[in-house]
Amino acid sequence: MADPFMTPELVFIANSMKHVLKLLSLLVVISALWIGLLQASIIPQSHTWLLPIYFIVSLGCYGLLMVGVGLMRFPTCPQEALLLQQDIAEAKDFLKQKGVDVGSD
Amino acid sequence: MDAETNKYSIIVPTYNERLNIALIVYLIFKHLRDVDFEIIVVDDGSPDGTQEIVKQLQKLYGEDRILLRPRAKKLGLGTAYIHGLKHASGNFVVIMDADLSHHPKYLPSFIKKQLETGASIVTGTRYVTGGGVHGWNLMRKLTSRGANVLAQTLLWPGVSDLTGSFRLYKKSVLEDVISSCVSKGYVFQMEMIVRASRKGYHIEEVPITFVDRVFGSSKLGGSEIVEYLKGLIYLMVTT
Repeated sequence: MADPFMTPELVFIANSMKHVLKLLSLLVVISALWIGLLQASIIPQSHTWLLPIYFIVSLGCYGLLMVGVGLMRFPTCPQEALLLQQDIAEAKDFLKQKGVDVGSD
Repeated sequence: MDAETNKYSIIVPTYNERLNIALIVYLIFKHLRDVDFEIIVVDDGSPDGTQEIVKQLQKLYGEDRILLRPRAKKLGLGTAYIHGLKHASGNFVVIMDADLSHHPKYLPSFIKKQLETGASIVTGTRYVTGGGVHGWNLMRKLTSRGANVLAQTLLWPGVSDLTGSFRLYKKSVLEDVISSCVSKGYVFQMEMIVRASRKGYHIEEVPITFVDRVFGSSKLGGSEIVEYLKGLIYLMVTT
């Protein structure tokens, strides 16, 4: 399980950082890359300026996609309601026999 | 861990579950035949006579198998677990709902998963193949799915079902995690599993089916959504 990248110091930092700080760090890294791209001018500046918008829109679309796909594939179990009713009937029978009051709900 | 020496304390908080508590006790005994366990009923002063029924069940199954540890009034879920923990003699603790939305037939799969993997926590998930939900309309499923995607994106929790409350914990792990949790309601369940994940505890999941028996009363209005978002932000900032 030893990960050579995760030195004890990094593990400590990773474990004690609050999650919001981890997300902000990630944002800082991405912003640094973006600023680097702006300065290096590998891509025309006009395009680079729009990258954050593309990123946010992609993130939003990805989120909506995950919700939509998840909704379509939402696991249901209609047979479980029936099985539960059977279990309830079985339980009531047994308990009534043994003198436990299962009359009212 | 030697399977023969494990004991499972099942904590069931109840409020007005006069009928369901009897049914659930029967089903637990049915599905855990060769397992050493005890059921700890933490009743919050139910006016419908739940405690009377528990006493009848104690006569039937034994006071060493069913512990009634009531409280005077409705005091909330987190404190119910803490209260139950004080009386738990097992080395494992199961928490589950009393209303039969959690079916005891899954208890063996929780136990098996823990023995196979040595996990500190085994949590039931409704959202994977083999699991599922019955009784939710489209709107409910949509909000559930949306809430889950949001929580996964913001929190990276490491489990697929954050608000589920059907879980098996090593007793020491539950004691450790619960002491640092302050939220209420379903955010409490989320806080428990996220804190456990942050602390590096080994968490496994098993599929469970969930039959929603509280028809109509789980309305997800604006205030619930606001509470949920506040809960997410709280967890992002404090875990």
